[in-house]
Amino acid sequence: MMLDIQNVRKRFGDREVLKGISLTVDKGDVVAILGPSGSGKTTFLRCLNFLEKADGGALVFDGAHFDLHTASKADIARVRKKTAFVFQNFNLFLNKTVLQNVTLGLEKGRGMKKNDARAAALRALEHVGMADRLESYPSQLSGGQQQRVAIARALASDPEIIYFDEPTSALDPELIGEVLSVMRQLAKEGMTMLVVTHEMDFARNVSNKVLFMADGTAVETGPSRDFFENPKADRSRDFIRSILAARE
Amino acid sequence: MAFHSLGRERGDSMVNEHWQMLTESFPQLLEYGIKVTIPLSILSFALGLAVAVTVALIQYANVRFLRRLCRFYIWITRGTPLLVQLFIVFYGLPDIGIKLSNYLSAFLVLGFNEGAYMAETMRGALESVPRGQMEAGYCAGMNYVQIMGHVVLPQAFRTAFPALGNSMIAMVKDTSMAASITMAEMFRQAQIISGQRGDVLLLYCEAAVIYLLFCTALTWLQRLGEKLLAKRGGVRA
Repeated sequence: MMLDIQNVRKRFGDREVLKGISLTVDKGDVVAILGPSGSGKTTFLRCLNFLEKADGGALVFDGAHFDLHTASKADIARVRKKTAFVFQNFNLFLNKTVLQNVTLGLEKGRGMKKNDARAAALRALEHVGMADRLESYPSQLSGGQQQRVAIARALASDPEIIYFDEPTSALDPELIGEVLSVMRQLAKEGMTMLVVTHEMDFARNVSNKVLFMADGTAVETGPSRDFFENPKADRSRDFIRSILAARE
Repeated sequence: MAFHSLGRERGDSMVNEHWQMLTESFPQLLEYGIKVTIPLSILSFALGLAVAVTVALIQYANVRFLRRLCRFYIWITRGTPLLVQLFIVFYGLPDIGIKLSNYLSAFLVLGFNEGAYMAETMRGALESVPRGQMEAGYCAGMNYVQIMGHVVLPQAFRTAFPALGNSMIAMVKDTSMAASITMAEMFRQAQIISGQRGDVLLLYCEAAVIYLLFCTALTWLQRLGEKLLAKRGGVRA
């Protein structure tokens, strides 16, 4: 076990968004976090990287214990060093080139030497097929290309786990494929990934685990195949049925 | 016939007089413009920009007490005339034992005055930078200062550039206010020469032309700067 997420709770005002979510992640797991919109998936993911401060809950990461509510700045930095985050809206640095987008964090955030950062960035950009656009600015790229650069930025820091927050939701339909194929490639190579997504094919065929959430609770957690072929909870069944119906 | 030529002669000599006045006074005024107006503008602008960035960053970071202090400063400064501020600092403060030279008074008042306007410009520009980049920076392991310095502020400056250029132009013109606190700058010099030798209209028009020259040059620089920024990768292409 690499990451044990325990009982994450969060409320916005008087609305309880996360009512105690737990999840165990092994090395190499690709976990699809599914659920209707408003179920708290994104908030859950953001709490894990302290982008949102949880009201309660804990992480056991490589044997070290972190309280999600009271973690110190140093603890937050430690967790973030081992993880990377890919956003729905890419969040590339708009004043930096493709190459600089990847190297900036390596140099400033992780104190890498310039040449090492450049080498790591080139490897990562090669990986996502963006090595031919090093000097382009984000505004000159398509959404799919921007997201691939964002994935390279995540990859370059050599994280133990990458969180993806609806990585294809902001993309035009014809651009979704290129991003998913990069993610599929990463999964194949054994990268540990937590993916909030609405892409059912990805959840079914690439992920090995599913966390199905509704109304801030974990309704069903288990192997992807079981979830899709033999869902236990009524809400899971309804969800799968509605997705399939929407597709036809 | 004789009358006619006399009139023309007098006319010619008047033109000559004006022309002589012009050729004598214009270089004098220009010298004051270059030696006083421009340095004062640049120094005050630098002070104003430093104040503006500080005030804008404090408001962006949202520290409650400091934020109130900043709003208070902006409220006072924007709500009172520049001329009154100059008089308070130069003529008023000596009453409580603070004596500042006219140059220093002008520098401080102009800087803090324009600083209040530029602070609002910078605050708007900072807020226009998508906040998600801040989060991406944190996730990449950077801290607040690093993200500000490398990602957010450069974009904010780019957005604010045209408005800051306008502030600079306003600053050049506002330096003429320093004449009212006996500062020997260009406009004051025009007043003095015209007091000694008459030709009021001509001298004030000369001063106006020199201000116009300076501001035209600045407008030109502003446009050049915008072109260069646009070339260096379009944030807002």
